[in-house]
Amino acid sequence: MTNQYLEYIRKEFGDQVLEEKSSNNEIYITVKRDAVVRICDFLFHHLDVSLVSIFATDERKSSGGFKIHYVFSEKEDVFIIIKINIDEKHPEFPSITHKIPAANWYEREIQDMFGLVPKGHPDPRRLMAFEDWPSSSYPLRKDFDIKTRPPRVKGEYVYRRVEGEGVYEIPVGPVHAGVIEPGHFRFSVAGEPILNLEIRHFYAHKGVEKLFENIPVDNAVFLAERISGDNSVAHAVAFCQAVEKIGGISIPARAKYIRTIIMELERLYNHLGDIAGIATDIAFAFGAAHVNNLKEQIMQLNEFTTGSRLLRGMNTIGGVRRDIVDKKDDILLQLSSFTSEFRDLMELLFATPSVADRIETTGRLYNDIAIGLHVVGPVGRASGIDSDVRRDHPYAAYSELGFKVPVFKAGDVHARTRVRADEIYESVSIIQRALSSLPEGEIKVEVNDVKDGCALGYTEAPRGETLYWINISNNRIERCKVRDPSFCNWLAIEYAVLDNIVPDFPIINKSLSLSYSGNDM
Amino acid sequence: MLDILIKTFKTGTVTTKYPDKPDIPPIGFRGKPEFVADRCTYCGKCVSACPPNVIRQKEEGGKKTLPVSYCGCIFCGRCEEVCSYGAIKLTQEYELASKTKEKIKNIFGRSLHIREVDAGSCNGCEVEVNALSNPVYDIERLGLHIVASPRHADMLLVTGPVSRNMELALLKTYNAAPEPKLVAAMGSCACNGGIFGNTYASGGGVDKFIPVDVYIPGCPPRPQAVIFGIMVAIDKLEQKIQRKDFKI
Repeated sequence: MTNQYLEYIRKEFGDQVLEEKSSNNEIYITVKRDAVVRICDFLFHHLDVSLVSIFATDERKSSGGFKIHYVFSEKEDVFIIIKINIDEKHPEFPSITHKIPAANWYEREIQDMFGLVPKGHPDPRRLMAFEDWPSSSYPLRKDFDIKTRPPRVKGEYVYRRVEGEGVYEIPVGPVHAGVIEPGHFRFSVAGEPILNLEIRHFYAHKGVEKLFENIPVDNAVFLAERISGDNSVAHAVAFCQAVEKIGGISIPARAKYIRTIIMELERLYNHLGDIAGIATDIAFAFGAAHVNNLKEQIMQLNEFTTGSRLLRGMNTIGGVRRDIVDKKDDILLQLSSFTSEFRDLMELLFATPSVADRIETTGRLYNDIAIGLHVVGPVGRASGIDSDVRRDHPYAAYSELGFKVPVFKAGDVHARTRVRADEIYESVSIIQRALSSLPEGEIKVEVNDVKDGCALGYTEAPRGETLYWINISNNRIERCKVRDPSFCNWLAIEYAVLDNIVPDFPIINKSLSLSYSGNDM
Repeated sequence: MLDILIKTFKTGTVTTKYPDKPDIPPIGFRGKPEFVADRCTYCGKCVSACPPNVIRQKEEGGKKTLPVSYCGCIFCGRCEEVCSYGAIKLTQEYELASKTKEKIKNIFGRSLHIREVDAGSCNGCEVEVNALSNPVYDIERLGLHIVASPRHADMLLVTGPVSRNMELALLKTYNAAPEPKLVAAMGSCACNGGIFGNTYASGGGVDKFIPVDVYIPGCPPRPQAVIFGIMVAIDKLEQKIQRKDFKI
């Protein structure tokens, strides 16, 4: 494969490249370990490609060491994966966090899960494994048995401290006052304004990536659906697409359209939930009740269409499990009344002064910070990042159904609400066009054995870019790296809340719409 | 302001009549798996295909049986899909909540204060708990309130398989709730670990850590199923599933 970026790397770092391989739209470049910082820095700062994931694999049995993969995504539907080899005897790798802030959590994750130390990391504290986790157990190493229950040891987690006259801390969580997932927030405040926020997560860590390696490939899609419950379809489709890519399976056109329809239904109820949540948190009870009612209508439509309110159990490797043939007219009918009601509500919401007062200029996430952290999805698009996996790396039936990608620059709660409202109109029109041009034919192809190999699967979940990297060998999953959009977006909250007051935190949090379970896994 | 009033009157009442009137889910809904003994050849396909591993093949006194635990079932329909004889079918039934005791307590007579605790769920259950407060289900009409602190709670509604990192927080929350208190395990992972099972990071169900009074299966249970479970817990409704069919 020839690619201008590949040419640049060859030209600049020719002597550092050990191996080049490409398959589909993925270019794998193995480089010398010590050159990785320069190469990643070059890709990110000079070529403006974004770092979308970093993950390690334990290949000690097959090739005698660990490998770390740095996945970069560029606009021309190509992924560049930089690989380095790590010897078991020297379990460390150079940290790139000081060059690319987005690398922060990935490197700490690798440290906890594989016991490989990122040298020079500015914040090498524990991330996924808590302080009571023994220091010599690394769950994602192949010699760690999933059933092991290491003893709890004594340890301490040190939070960042802000000191000064009148500065105090507010600890919140992991059990919250609202019905939300577990996570800890440590605010440092002087009066009402927030001086610093430190988030601490991974309370919901359930060992999903290890679990993938221990279940059959055809059952793994059910696990993918349960990584982040409200983004079930996006995860399941990303998983299936990765496996289909490895096996060279091309799914029927009808299945592609059905997947597109249910993915957009998922976006509808998620965005409605977020808008309703923002309305609740600014005490606009009228708006919350009506938008929640609309959300409920869509969830009932989900149940009517697929048998599950969260659209679960529809996807399988090779297509979809159910047809929606007899439900077309009902869906179209309901969507048309939905759109007019939603439009009325949004006009009312954005015209209400008390709403504007609370959401405008609140929780600003500036463009440069959003780019540095690789903020994805509606949050990124509200901060001026014009990216959408559906358009940049087309999958399912998206390339045949034109749609607009709304982008706003303000980066505040208002912009994030607007992005979601605009995306709802787009989703409705995508569903309408997909239903009216639904191709005839089968809904799935029979898949018995999956070939060995590795590939990326990706979707634009309601929260943003969702990424799976799967390696299959002997019909079993050797490694499955899942990158939920929230893993990128969580760190942004620490910046978005600065200079805001504590009572605005819930609105900012809701407007960022972050999944704890998808992040913690 | 006038617009808001007009819209409110135009919308009218949207609230469901459940549980006074039954609610039948749409065709295609995946509910309680039912097993037809005379069609079954005991080939074991469903046993090995079940993702959370809740179908067992048993032999008692020369008689083969195939018990299905509704407790950890994720209602994916794999068993129905792999069975070539139509011996296992997913029905429309979703009111599957089951109590651990015959009569729980009569103390919670009129209203019940509920604290939701997420012990590592996938957030699917949270979506449905949040739906309980929307205008359609509006559980306040049944005297059920979701409160902000375990100190105010009569019942803990626990979701998730209890991750290792949430264990301590769950115990602390349980101890913070005043006696007498109820615990409801909501969703398949809270009931039995579900698809997450029992691993280095997942505890395999709420009852391994704190005593559970009522199990509400579903992945996630639909809001009606949660309402049913809570009403069963406070003896307002009768359970439909016998305890012996519930867990293997």
